[in-house]
Amino acid sequence: MGNYLLRRLIVAVPSLLGISLILFVLLALAPGDPFGELASNPNIPPEVREALRIKFGMDDPIMVRYFRWLVAMLHGDWGFSFASRVNVDTLILQRIPATLYVVGTAQLLALIVAIPVGVLAARRPYSIFDQIANTFAFIGFSLPTFFTGLLLILIFSVNLGWLPFVYRADIPATGWMWWWENFKQAVMPVTVLGLYQAASYTRYVRSAVLDVIKLDYVTTARSKGLDESKVIVKHVVRNALIPVVTLVALQMPTVFGGAIVTEQIFRIPGIGSLLISAILANDTPVIMAVTFVFACLVVLFNLIADILYGWLDPRISFR
Amino acid sequence: MNERDLRNQIADVKAGRLSRRDFVQRMIAVGLSAPLAGAMLAHSGVAQAAEPIVYKPTKAGGGGPLKLLFWQAPTLLNPHFANGTKDQEASRLFYEPLAGWDADGNLVPILAAEIPSKENGLLAADGLSVTWKLKQGVKWHDGKPFTADDVIFNWEYSVNPDTAAVSVGSYRGIKSIDKIDDYTVKLNFKQPTPFWADAFVAAYGLVIPKHLFADYIGGKSREAPTNLKPVGTGPYVYVDFKPGDSISAKRNPDYHQANRPYFDTVEVKGGGDAVSAARAVLQTGEYDYAYNLQVEDEILTKLEAGGQGKAQLTVTGHIEYIALNVTDPWTEVDGERSSVKTKHPFFTDPAVRKAINLLIDRAAVQKFIYGRAGMATANFLNNPERFRSPNNKFEFSIEKANQILEEAGWKKNSSGVREKDGKPIKLVFQTSINAPRQKNQAIIKQAFQKAGIEVELKSVVASVFFSSDPANPDTYPHFYCDMEMYQTTMPQADPQFFMNQFTSWEVASKDNKWQGRNISRWQNKEYDETYKQASSELDPVKRAALFIKLNDLVVQDNYILPEINRRNCIGLKNGMVANKSGWDNDLWQIANWYRET
Repeated sequence: MGNYLLRRLIVAVPSLLGISLILFVLLALAPGDPFGELASNPNIPPEVREALRIKFGMDDPIMVRYFRWLVAMLHGDWGFSFASRVNVDTLILQRIPATLYVVGTAQLLALIVAIPVGVLAARRPYSIFDQIANTFAFIGFSLPTFFTGLLLILIFSVNLGWLPFVYRADIPATGWMWWWENFKQAVMPVTVLGLYQAASYTRYVRSAVLDVIKLDYVTTARSKGLDESKVIVKHVVRNALIPVVTLVALQMPTVFGGAIVTEQIFRIPGIGSLLISAILANDTPVIMAVTFVFACLVVLFNLIADILYGWLDPRISFR
Repeated sequence: MNERDLRNQIADVKAGRLSRRDFVQRMIAVGLSAPLAGAMLAHSGVAQAAEPIVYKPTKAGGGGPLKLLFWQAPTLLNPHFANGTKDQEASRLFYEPLAGWDADGNLVPILAAEIPSKENGLLAADGLSVTWKLKQGVKWHDGKPFTADDVIFNWEYSVNPDTAAVSVGSYRGIKSIDKIDDYTVKLNFKQPTPFWADAFVAAYGLVIPKHLFADYIGGKSREAPTNLKPVGTGPYVYVDFKPGDSISAKRNPDYHQANRPYFDTVEVKGGGDAVSAARAVLQTGEYDYAYNLQVEDEILTKLEAGGQGKAQLTVTGHIEYIALNVTDPWTEVDGERSSVKTKHPFFTDPAVRKAINLLIDRAAVQKFIYGRAGMATANFLNNPERFRSPNNKFEFSIEKANQILEEAGWKKNSSGVREKDGKPIKLVFQTSINAPRQKNQAIIKQAFQKAGIEVELKSVVASVFFSSDPANPDTYPHFYCDMEMYQTTMPQADPQFFMNQFTSWEVASKDNKWQGRNISRWQNKEYDETYKQASSELDPVKRAALFIKLNDLVVQDNYILPEINRRNCIGLKNGMVANKSGWDNDLWQIANWYRET
């Protein structure tokens, strides 16, 4: 096991290096530059723009810039944003709480909805409940979040006036009011993201349970006279959830990576909105850092998923 | 309008026959800025007549929270680094300049005790120096006094090339600053400077404290903790700042203007898009102010029907215009296209340019695209209508255009395209991707087709089009096509910077990595000479006459086709009183904002 882990970690290094190189080169080759806004402002002489380009080392060859970035990154220096001149790690740390709260709650909501619905639907396939669940699941993942988000805003903010549609990280209230405000502003984004995710999870859970429920050992359990609920929870769900656990583990990076569209619609100051505004402003160090962290998380959670898999299913061994 | 006309009009203002506001409007109509008009009046002995800023509350505080929404989120709070107006606006909560510009082009003192003029002897007759008297008793938020040393420091900070400040354009004309006493500074200019009210005035003039920035001048400028935790003299004190997301601030109890500010706290929220920002102010009333609402007029009107707020539009000097390429974009010479060594195959014929000018349906563009947010214009002629110069009227006539082309020998060929010497007129017309601009392109293409000119439309992503990347051929300074359309902004009060975009030494080319500002590559000896004259002319009236001449020279040659004079649109919740000026930031009088009950 220890050996396996070590080997996987060593293999991860070249793949991360490769990812970072590809990201860096792509960003360097992409058109646009962070000082575009200065370019169209006649009050700013071109020399200032030149000085800024030189100061931020933008005119050096790509490989030089890449190695400079890599060495700094290994020293723990993530660089700084061209737009705000703030260190990138500070920026990212500021954005993590909102993303964790909103996207994390949405994932929880998705699981809470998907597992019972999926299991129930699979227990009686093609029953009325299954048909309804399926229909909603299809609607759920066919409707994009930008549509459902705007729809909810229109209904609950504009027409009914119940919920705010501008998310704020700095709510001035304290005590219960603070919790209440935080809850109110998260309702719509969490619903939008959660139900979207729940729709696809439901389909996975259903098919995983369907695969297991027909197996002989389930019939054996039933014929032993075990309680139906015990059969489902202990014998069926436990085995059926193995692929679902992997799927959820692979979804985990997005909890950190944020949800670009939803965050933009509701103005949630999360990683996703940081990434999109950095892309629009051609703020390469921020784009680089966010995407690279994301790549690391994907590699890490892949590893975690593999280990979890072996732990849940002892037939799989690590070699 | 020549110098004598200007003098007559100023005399009318002096005698009270013409109102100051009307005079300013006329000057805007001929392409000058309100501040320049104000400078002419001041120079001619018409006293500054800034209307007192309306402020009704009788005590400071008590106004509750003020909620501002910026769909482009402020990312930094050091005015010397402000990347765009969003950062300037946000800095205005904490920092102040010596003076700002009001809507009529008057200088309004903020940190200055009085405005320099010839009458009070603070303005040197030779244009080589100006003396500013500072307001006494002003304190930084940390309690330290604001003095002449702070003012001098800001100049040193900005002009240090390692600081990489974006404000340097306003400060590099200063040779030295003398400290007369703790509250008086004398700015000495490198050369006679007719427009002295640039350094320390308005958006680029915000003053930062010496005692907190002195250790962070030059290469270390980025490390200053105060870049993100501003300590200024302004009406609000820093509480928290998350770059790209939010700012919170509270009332400054020691603010130097009595009974101000009215609001107890300020909450700034950034991000999202312009339409939903408009909705949050105009329709749901969640916010008090929304910044730069670039939203189609039709949508704005619908949102205003929500009854919570109103869109407020102010006249600015920003012009949406079409540039015709003087050079040939399709021939490569010495590794660059659109080289000044070439000539455009069709536009060299003045008849073609004249016809094209007739084919731009400015009235339709205004009516169907920009609505309240833009006024059709020719010759940088703006509103109000009665001041529109008769000899520079814009016109839309396909018939006349056809006639002109016919007479000049451009005959329609079998496929309906006009040609001469076997060369059919086929043009490529580019602009940035932005819904109003694409609609605008379509309107123009339609008219061109009716006159037998074939147009291929091209649209480039804004982040590429407006970039200064020398390697990308699709940027607007490369101008690798026949026509292009974009907005040229006039963020500063003086037209001198603005007008240098047509001088021959500013021509964008490979040699200057396309950093030159003259995009159409239009060159004219008379223009160059007049421009040089204008930049050293000290009499503001003579100078204004020269600028008008510059305008006429450019526009009457039909290479530069002004189309729409853009207006700045903000959203204000009902009851909010915000003194707004098109010549300064929206928040230039944030200390005087209040809510009517």
